[in-house]
Amino acid sequence: MTPICRLADLAVERGAAGLLGDTQIALFRLPDDSVHAVQQRDPYSGANVMSRGIVGTRGGIPTVASPMYKQVFDLRTGRCLDAVGYTPRPGLAPDLVTWQVEVIDGVVHVGAPLSIEASAP
Amino acid sequence: MARRLVVVGGGMVAQRLVEALRARDEAGAWEVTVLAEEASKPYDRVALTSYFSARDAEELTLGDPALWEDERVTLRRDAAVTAIDRENRTVTDRLGRVHPYDELVLATGSSAAVPPIPGADLPGVFVYRTLDDVAALRGWVEEKRAAAPSANGWQRPVRGAVIGGGLLGLEAAGALKALGAQATVLQATTHLMNAQIDLGGGEALKRILQGMGIAVRCESLTSRIRSSRRTGHVGSIDLGEGGRLDADVVVIATGVRPRDELARAAGLPVGERGGVIVDVACHTGDPHVWAVGEVANVEGNGCVGLVAPGYAMAEVVVDRLLGGEATYPGADTATKLKLQGVDVASFGDPFASTPDSMELVYADPVAGVYKKLVVSDDTRTLLGGVFVGDAAPYAALRPMLGAELPGDPGQLLLPEGSGAAPSLELPDSASVCSCNNVSAGAIRDAVTEHGCTDLAGVKACTRAGTTCGSCLPLVKKITTTELERAGAEVSNALCEHFEMSRAQLFDAVRVADLHTFSEIIARFGREPGRGCDICKPTVASILASLGNGHILDGEQATLQDTNDHVLANMQKDGTYSVVPRIPGGEITPDQLLVIGQVAKDFGLYTKITGGQRIDMFGARIEQLPQIWQRLVEHGMESGHAYGKSLRTVKSCVGSTWCRYGVQDSVGMAVELELRYRGLRSPHKIKLGVSGCARECAEARSKDVGVIATEKGWNVYVGGNGGFNPRHAKLFAEDLDDATLIRTIDRFLMYYVRTADRLQRTAAWVEDHEGGIEAIRAVVMDDSLGIGADLDEAMAAHVGSYADEWRAVLEDPEKLRRFGSFVNAPDVADPDLVYVTERGQIRPASEAERASEVHV
Repeated sequence: MTPICRLADLAVERGAAGLLGDTQIALFRLPDDSVHAVQQRDPYSGANVMSRGIVGTRGGIPTVASPMYKQVFDLRTGRCLDAVGYTPRPGLAPDLVTWQVEVIDGVVHVGAPLSIEASAP
Repeated sequence: MARRLVVVGGGMVAQRLVEALRARDEAGAWEVTVLAEEASKPYDRVALTSYFSARDAEELTLGDPALWEDERVTLRRDAAVTAIDRENRTVTDRLGRVHPYDELVLATGSSAAVPPIPGADLPGVFVYRTLDDVAALRGWVEEKRAAAPSANGWQRPVRGAVIGGGLLGLEAAGALKALGAQATVLQATTHLMNAQIDLGGGEALKRILQGMGIAVRCESLTSRIRSSRRTGHVGSIDLGEGGRLDADVVVIATGVRPRDELARAAGLPVGERGGVIVDVACHTGDPHVWAVGEVANVEGNGCVGLVAPGYAMAEVVVDRLLGGEATYPGADTATKLKLQGVDVASFGDPFASTPDSMELVYADPVAGVYKKLVVSDDTRTLLGGVFVGDAAPYAALRPMLGAELPGDPGQLLLPEGSGAAPSLELPDSASVCSCNNVSAGAIRDAVTEHGCTDLAGVKACTRAGTTCGSCLPLVKKITTTELERAGAEVSNALCEHFEMSRAQLFDAVRVADLHTFSEIIARFGREPGRGCDICKPTVASILASLGNGHILDGEQATLQDTNDHVLANMQKDGTYSVVPRIPGGEITPDQLLVIGQVAKDFGLYTKITGGQRIDMFGARIEQLPQIWQRLVEHGMESGHAYGKSLRTVKSCVGSTWCRYGVQDSVGMAVELELRYRGLRSPHKIKLGVSGCARECAEARSKDVGVIATEKGWNVYVGGNGGFNPRHAKLFAEDLDDATLIRTIDRFLMYYVRTADRLQRTAAWVEDHEGGIEAIRAVVMDDSLGIGADLDEAMAAHVGSYADEWRAVLEDPEKLRRFGSFVNAPDVADPDLVYVTERGQIRPASEAERASEVHV
């Protein structure tokens, strides 16, 4: 597990980008202080912007909406819940990669990437 | 091979025929050639009078312009047909071109009928039928005004006379008034509009017109039009009763005559009083020739000079061309006068000529209202009606023609709001939209069978209300009722978290005095949930409109879309563009140098925007505070290019420099931009100010357009560019500076409070109950009594304005949001790649990235 930042560095319901080695990730802190990590690259635009999307819920599921073309993703699994008529850029999967996250002593740690199945709640 | 249809004539009915054919001919069986005499694309002749306020012929163009781009449709304008050769099935146009046809449709319409009055051919005598007629009339009045003697600052008005007090004559009189001329209507019979309304209605109409400054003389026959000895132009009119009327311009509007000369020459049968004789299928005597519209004389019953029956005929012919069996149902002669400020409507049997029929009359001469219903002798069946001064019941009652009335019909005539009027349930067969022949049943079907869930959907599906729009309130009512009945409650829910519309939520938040999203969703939201990308920015906008401090204060920050969150506009590669405010487009050389230097130092791409300012592209998120530090130091401020808020007030240079300017448009634009800067709204708002009628600022393509006049300012509302361009409509005229500002204050604040999410002003005005008239009443006449409240809200906005970027730079907490990575705040996104083009950077394409040729 790699320490990334303090929990206090993350605003509730607003993402922040982080660097995991050379990999760009997007971290989201929810009202219950759980933290989720997904890939920073938006599959539908190819830009590194996921951390700048609006956090919300859909049917109670925590979500982030891409700030570029507004696709909605499940923050827990990375699954794209609504592609709003778009297709991903060539070479990019429609869903987001997620990472294992733990908050230890107020510090956010990010571990190995999870498959969609493994990340299912 | 496709069959060839040739349509002779390019008027409203021809347009409808082609539109309907292209919509229904899915197999592409027909290719259509339209040969039009006029130089314009088919336009809305019914709305001809609006050309005086619109002054833009394009605005009158009918339907979707894409129709004429269709590869199966050829429109030849200025190509009057001169001959038909039925034997060889060809027509010849005025340029000698020969067009073969398989089927031919005559849609030649009518021409203005000019009675044999001596002097009717004098210069200054006009008819009122085409765009060219109207343009010529306008040119003449303007010329006469310029030539009229003036002394001591007083100028003799241009004196106009209209011969004929029918529908067209009254529109012509209204047009003369709109042009600033005097108008006297000369009517040969006992009362105005005698073909549509009875004597009582005519008297009421006369009083209304006189109140508007239009003189009316009934039982007044014109015996001769005389020329002025000095000019040789029209000078006066001799009246049959021995009187005389001075006139600088005369409009003859005594009726129309079907354009059947081609048909006559081709040997087709014509009626006694003109018109090509057709059967109920609109077939002439020749199996390959059809006739529709005002030139068609169905079964010898005479021609009808109204558009709705023409549309019905066009639909019949299209159906027949495609193998159908449709027949013409007979003319719906309901009419409504389209003169501004005058409500006149009649339908059915307005003269109670049905045997044993009874008349119920409500008249209020003080209020200028006359209403009459004609009913059967048992008072149960509606046979017709006349409305003058208050045509509100018309839309609901006209479709009830021939149907049984609920309760006491007299109640239906009582003034609106008296609470006594019973609600009407229309039978399915009742025609709601006569322009497009849409029944109440078809509207209900659109909801129940075709899944339409709102007015816009029903309009698109059925075309109801898309031509003259007078039935829209009724269409809306039926749609809503049907949606409610379908159990599917009429949802104007914002999203899954809020059941309210934006306007309802705005009021709720305002009245409950709530200031955070948590409070608002707890009070008005639906469990479970924490909002989403729909409701969060909406609530953020509402909170900002109601003045809740900086948009990045506390929890508000989490609601903002990325653009508002970093006060810049996200571009395709995830970098941002930066736009400082340049009020009115006025900028000093020093400010230009600052922008230039900043762009140079940060390596930004620069471009001039459509809103007269400068956009700098390619700024990374962590660069934004440094860029703004420099801009703010030099006195520049946020341009809110990122916000659903006031964008720009575009201006032309105006009277300070321009030879033609009549007011200081730049000064006014700067004042307006500084007044409304930062105002958060349902969608972006753009304004424009032009210094004279030449309109170089293109103000009429803006949400609010201001155009200088000699006397002050005209204000237009509801314009926009973009996907669905709209011209702003005239809202108020000749306002002084203070009234102009109060008018815009109220208009904008009323829009901010009541519009839907992401609804531009054009759509808001259109959807507003009662349309622009109702909004004008709220803004100009304070009809809702909320004027002071709106004024106060705008004053609060103006008083509390502060530059958003300066506030960010002064607050370390807000500045933290601009780090690129939480664990490496100054590291640039390593994936950004640029190439140079025309001396500036742009994001590399996929191919360029792959070949790694970049800077």
